[in-house]
Amino acid sequence: MITRRIFLLFGLVAGTARAQLPPNIGEIRKKALDDAVRKVVGNHPVREGRVKLDLPPLIDNGNTVPLSVEVESPMTEADHVKAIHVFTERNPQPYVLTAHLGPRAGRARISTRARIADTGIVMAIAELSDGSFWSGSVKVIVTLSACLEEGLI
Amino acid sequence: MSRVVVNVPAEAKRGEVIEIRTLAGHPMETGFRRTQLGELIPRDIIRSLVCTYNGVEVFRADLHPAVAANPLISFTTVATESGTLEFRWSGDNGYSATLSAAIKVV
Repeated sequence: MITRRIFLLFGLVAGTARAQLPPNIGEIRKKALDDAVRKVVGNHPVREGRVKLDLPPLIDNGNTVPLSVEVESPMTEADHVKAIHVFTERNPQPYVLTAHLGPRAGRARISTRARIADTGIVMAIAELSDGSFWSGSVKVIVTLSACLEEGLI
Repeated sequence: MSRVVVNVPAEAKRGEVIEIRTLAGHPMETGFRRTQLGELIPRDIIRSLVCTYNGVEVFRADLHPAVAANPLISFTTVATESGTLEFRWSGDNGYSATLSAAIKVV
């Protein structure tokens, strides 16, 4: 049963958790994601498509989120995926994983489990052997954050 | 300390694309969490996984704190010849683990 006292305590906890974050945290995180992407792609344009990022749209527990990335590519010596980069928008750091592949992979498909802190965008960028970059992104809703217990998100 | 496991098919046809799954037992401490006293818990993660097939690197991954605890990574490779696949994980605080798996290509 939630008494008035406990209810007020909840409010206090939520208030202090928010107070730790700067007010423009949304912009800071967006910039961090943009910077991370820039670092990978340089000045090349990133086109949407060819990358299929698969993860559940509604996440119960952000601590282990199964995700897989598949890129349409013949994976031959002349035309293959060199690397797959995965980013998230709302984590303290945008990086999740970078996988370096080659023609010997046979298929450009990786899967792993990630931590996702908050509702936002998860993005995968594929670097192809011809120097082009392709991206795919998914918007996810997280109900239990990966680091909320410490009030850190 | 370092418990790792990989799943590689024991036998494959030449030219077949095989899926390899790897799992390492590791807490992947992010470095963003605090103790109840407010002290930051230092980061302790696996930084990379490298897979070589008969001495040739076929897959490499760089991991960051946003990879879940006990990192599971799966990828594919083409079964070219019989031999061994070697896996090497390395990370913070001198963490290192290796494992090899034999594959027979028919």
